[in-house]
Amino acid sequence: MEKGETMVSRISTIDCEHVILAISDYIEGEVDLDLHDRIKAHLAECNHCLAIHDGTRNVLTLVADGSVLEVPAGFGTRLYSRLNSILK
Amino acid sequence: MNLPAQKAHVDNQSVEAITPDRCQLSSDSCNVTTSGLDLAEHFTSADSLSSRQNQAKTSVAAQPQSVQEDEALLIQRICAGEKELFYDLIKPYERAVYVAALSVLQNESDAEEVAQEAVLKAFANLSRFRGEAKFSTWLIQITINEARMRYRKDRAHLYESLDERDTDQEGDYFPKDYADWREIPSECLERKELREALLRGIASLETKYREVFILRDVQNMSIADTAKALNISEANVKTRLLRARLMMRDVLAPGIDGVWSLGDNSWKKVRPW
Repeated sequence: MEKGETMVSRISTIDCEHVILAISDYIEGEVDLDLHDRIKAHLAECNHCLAIHDGTRNVLTLVADGSVLEVPAGFGTRLYSRLNSILK
Repeated sequence: MNLPAQKAHVDNQSVEAITPDRCQLSSDSCNVTTSGLDLAEHFTSADSLSSRQNQAKTSVAAQPQSVQEDEALLIQRICAGEKELFYDLIKPYERAVYVAALSVLQNESDAEEVAQEAVLKAFANLSRFRGEAKFSTWLIQITINEARMRYRKDRAHLYESLDERDTDQEGDYFPKDYADWREIPSECLERKELREALLRGIASLETKYREVFILRDVQNMSIADTAKALNISEANVKTRLLRARLMMRDVLAPGIDGVWSLGDNSWKKVRPW
């Protein structure tokens, strides 16, 4: 940190563009501590980026259980029927 | 990235070259239930989601060594003549194989057919599998390659090739300026409209974004596994993933904020930007 630079000004230096570029890694907890703190501080002040962060996180939550893509009924039966033709 | 057509063939050399990685794929790798949840209550920070996802992956990843050992033994026995054991080997990955095919083809019938072909191909080439990668990653890679071949074969005259699209710049994507989507109303979560909206959102993604989004975020594959299955770099996976997530958010946010709660086709834009 430069002489005279406060912690507040240092963590405020990240702009919206860079926050959005890192938002995916941030949500997954894959940014370093410094970047994490800067993004967190930015989100506390920027409703625009906060809305993008929250919406993106919500998307991940909604699809996380995998049930959005269902296997067609009878898929397993048909698969094993086809396998039977070569295994027996 | 260029993806030459010949790469679409199951390349035993490249398949064998896959290195072991961190997270075991499973068709039921995550059991997070969203029904009735207030996300603001349950996931108040990035760390919370990270923990949730790690937990979801850990439920599968906690047993990779034993699973891989079991699978290695199964594969040995199958190759030695106990062919019927192939059912046991494939069973945990039925869904993953189908969904991987669907991520490329976006057609249930084609995806099922390709999934079957991929499983048969895995059986035919099982003796070439040396265990340097997880079986699941190898299987998904075969499936993706089969699906891409089908895609090219069926649609070459209709659409640009995957090769051309893979050369596109992975430029910055700027999310749209919708209203806040801080919470998901609990009544939305149980509606079929939500699932349909998710499916529409996924279908709206370009193939290269959809593949990554489905393997990583729907199937909970690791970044490393996703990269190997798609034959792209981990950095490329992350870039595509960011874009896919932001596009999904843009597709879903207005619906969550407006259409379903208000019952019409508009949403209230509460922010000026």
